[in-house]
Amino acid sequence: MDKKSDAKIKEVVTSSQIWKSIFRRKHDDTKRSRVLAIVGNFFMHLHPISVARHALALKFTWCMGGVTFLLFLFLTLGGVLLMFYYHPTTGEAYWDIKDLHYSVPFGKILRNTHRWGGHLMVITVMVHMFRVFMTGSYKRPREFNWAIGVILLVFTLLLSFTGYLLTWDQLGMWAITVGTNMARATPFIGHEGPFGEQLGMTAHNDVRFALLGGSVVGANALLRAYVWHCIAIPLIVTFLIGVHFWRVRKDGFSGSL
Amino acid sequence: MEAENKSTNSGTTDKVANNACPSVRRVGRRKFMYYGGWGVIGLFIASVLGSTVRFFFPRTLFEPPTMYTIGYLFEYAQGVSERFKQLRRIWVVREVDKLYVIGAKCTHLGCTPNWLAAEGKFKCPCHGSGFTPDGINIEGPAPRPLERFKVTLAEDGEITVDEGTSFRGERREWDKPGAFISV
Repeated sequence: MDKKSDAKIKEVVTSSQIWKSIFRRKHDDTKRSRVLAIVGNFFMHLHPISVARHALALKFTWCMGGVTFLLFLFLTLGGVLLMFYYHPTTGEAYWDIKDLHYSVPFGKILRNTHRWGGHLMVITVMVHMFRVFMTGSYKRPREFNWAIGVILLVFTLLLSFTGYLLTWDQLGMWAITVGTNMARATPFIGHEGPFGEQLGMTAHNDVRFALLGGSVVGANALLRAYVWHCIAIPLIVTFLIGVHFWRVRKDGFSGSL
Repeated sequence: MEAENKSTNSGTTDKVANNACPSVRRVGRRKFMYYGGWGVIGLFIASVLGSTVRFFFPRTLFEPPTMYTIGYLFEYAQGVSERFKQLRRIWVVREVDKLYVIGAKCTHLGCTPNWLAAEGKFKCPCHGSGFTPDGINIEGPAPRPLERFKVTLAEDGEITVDEGTSFRGERREWDKPGAFISV
């Protein structure tokens, strides 16, 4: 086709009602257009309107926050796929993992990337925090966002911890046994912690009981870990990530000195 | 602005009323509705949060029974018996003059120790805690001895275990009645 018909097709498409209902304005290469592209886009509206080039330098940011976010998205998508083949019951959980590993099409790579991605996310969160600390980016006016970040670290660890039990193998089973036994020693609300016994805490009414849904790591604990891992914590984390990004937009990138 | 005037007005009325009867502190209608309204909302939120917390503590549990029988005295020779470790997570120990039941749960972080017959001790695979055959912690991070469960003889002579009552050595509870059966 020649140039003339190209222009004509473009003209017809861009002046159609469908096109105009999706794209409200002309996208030309001006500063105003670039700003509007960020402001007017749902997916980009949390992003700062403009970022100084030096603030994005890889040697400054290490891009660890971005990589963490990317991993979170990846783990969410992969996790949803894994849920199609997994039953959170004591009779099926372990064998479902075996099935995922040996018989489900692409199940092995799905499961392995979910596991390694989870490990990696814990690492990238920590490296991100290390970078923010070393560049002093937690200082005024960004103290609030640092606090949000610390909470996000805790939830990242909880995601990792709850996911550990879902394989229902010896490793995960004893990891959760040990981990929740630490909760017994919580002051006041754990039955072996300081003041717990005096307050009437037993193995059947303390914080560990609420975590496990019982006094042993059994069917209730598996189901609880599943719901926390797949639904409750991802929802909380999604909300907190929104706040985290919003504060970055409002406070601006810290940038290099 | 209007609201401000109103509150000033009601303030003056309060003052007059207080002067008339100083022992009675009058609460205006506006304040009454304010505290009453927020009180109801607060109560509502508190009960929703409270019931959500309560929700996480189940009433009915489907866990292994805590009371069961483990056979007769003559079935146990002297030493540590692993007969019920798989099923009930306990060791039955018979000494010269008594029999007692040890819970196979490490007092460090709750793993199941192994009975090493050759070395004559319990050893936890998780963090290396070790215990003597009577359950006293001798090595590793375990802070206290293994717990013992209540044992009684049923009428027909069968040994009954009740995990609901445990006896802790560091509290000198091992000599209490129920902590062992005299042989």
